[in-house]
Amino acid sequence: MNDAPITLPSSPAWPGDGVHRVPYWVYTDPDTYRRELERFYYAGHWCYIGLEAEIPNPGDFRRSAVGERSVIMVRAQDGSVRVLENVCAHRGAQFCRERQGNRKEFVCPYHQWAYDLEGKLRGIPYRRGIRQDGQLNGGMPANFQMDGRGLTSLKVAVRGGVVFASFDHSLESFEDYLGPTILSYFDRVFDGRKLKVLGYNRQRIPGNWKLMQENIKDPYHPGLLHSWFVTFGLWRADSKTSLKMDAHKRHAAMIGVRSVGKPAGDVVSGVTSYKADMSLHDPRQLDIVPEEWWKGPTAAMLTLFPSLIIQQQVNSLSMRHIQPRGPGVFDFVWTHFAFEDDNDEMIQRRLLQANLFGPSGYVSADDGEVIEFSQMGFQEKPDQQCLLEMGGHGSEEATNIASETLIRGMYQYWRRVMGV
Amino acid sequence: MTQALEAQAYTELLQLYAEYTAAIDAGDWDRWPEFFTEDCIYKLQPRENHERGLPLATLHFHSKGMLQDRVYGIRETLFHDPYYQRHVVSLPRVLSVDGGRWFLEANYAVFRTKLGELSTVFNVGRYLDEVVRVEGALKFASRSCIYDSEMIPNAIIYPI
Repeated sequence: MNDAPITLPSSPAWPGDGVHRVPYWVYTDPDTYRRELERFYYAGHWCYIGLEAEIPNPGDFRRSAVGERSVIMVRAQDGSVRVLENVCAHRGAQFCRERQGNRKEFVCPYHQWAYDLEGKLRGIPYRRGIRQDGQLNGGMPANFQMDGRGLTSLKVAVRGGVVFASFDHSLESFEDYLGPTILSYFDRVFDGRKLKVLGYNRQRIPGNWKLMQENIKDPYHPGLLHSWFVTFGLWRADSKTSLKMDAHKRHAAMIGVRSVGKPAGDVVSGVTSYKADMSLHDPRQLDIVPEEWWKGPTAAMLTLFPSLIIQQQVNSLSMRHIQPRGPGVFDFVWTHFAFEDDNDEMIQRRLLQANLFGPSGYVSADDGEVIEFSQMGFQEKPDQQCLLEMGGHGSEEATNIASETLIRGMYQYWRRVMGV
Repeated sequence: MTQALEAQAYTELLQLYAEYTAAIDAGDWDRWPEFFTEDCIYKLQPRENHERGLPLATLHFHSKGMLQDRVYGIRETLFHDPYYQRHVVSLPRVLSVDGGRWFLEANYAVFRTKLGELSTVFNVGRYLDEVVRVEGALKFASRSCIYDSEMIPNAIIYPI
């Protein structure tokens, strides 16, 4: 007999009262993940859908996702933006398989149930039966009502050209949801200027979806993991940084000002990723031109819980959409954009700086990689805990990079909603 | 151009493709920029963006210098799981020839093998190339890797 000890995962329990220890099962447990989808993605929260600029004309649609559910963002005939679940009311078929396009109506290919752009059921073939020998046979029952049999229609919020939606029609307004502090940073980017989509990047990251929120709530890692950031001062220990949250501590803004010039002393001592001699053969990759609307900060990274990261890092702008695919994997869809009134030079600059970001970016390819490394560790040892004590145990706003306060704030909220 | 000369030039093109593939599959990064002209374009772009005329690329380099910077990034700054890559590239199809410039297209499939793991299909697409002769040698003036793969499995670190 083999009597070597076997460690079984203990039943999920949160260690202690605080949020400075996060147990590994939070990232791996399938029941926890199902509950997260129900409580964060399918109720109580606004989720990112897309940009209005993606559907300029009536009938234009684009597929998106809320959690694991497929939804369609569509411009109705009256010009309003609708978000419909991509599930036919008849047999549940995910009827829309195109990524985007223009339609007068949506027709499920299976039995051709037809819906208008607002999701109302407009037609059912053979509804009154089939005429045979002068008789109508079969068909839907005489008391069948078309009303109320349409596609699931989500509650929609559009602000500054950005579309959010929720299955939960009792949800507070988008503005109340963000709260005044985070809303002010949202409005800083989306101040009414028309947006122009530059393109998309899609990556599948083998890690829990929360790890991406945490990554962008963590100002401790960029100046260590990302050599480009530390060497070129984009995010460094001597950067002026402020860490802001909403009243619930679910959303955050990580605001930084680029440090120009060579760092010294504490800033790079012990930072092995600092490359004192690093320079670029072609400096156009970092041709940074300050923009008036920044009002100072050269970087503002917003984490809107649960599904969106809004990136302004120097002249590069993107929406990063988190789409969970299971406890240990999520899709990360990037939409890079510009403003319609940008000149060609600024567009080129934004496109070149996109080399820093995305699935191959100098300062974000490695984010996905380290998230995968963490997930591997979690899966091996479900009884262990993350140690999150940089900057103390609390979750107050902070003004320096040596702090994990935003992550602790998120877990304070997470524990409340999840009841653990 | 006589048929014999065309055949000779095509053989040279095949040699360029074979050497490029051999260099990147061997991880011989110093050789990679040398396949390109000084003011070359290297682009790794999702098919979605390419077909819809959206300019964003996953990687978009505008000079040999930027390729050299990428090599530095691969070697010194990008932290990632190490992996081998193996390209299978089709014969190039000549789209047109214009005053010594060759416009070509070739399919590729890249397999990735991480340490201790199975080999997987990593990225599939086609090259759209513009090849010129510089001081006797053929070089890429432009190489666009337009990939069908809808998802990048986490990250692409090395050139395709």
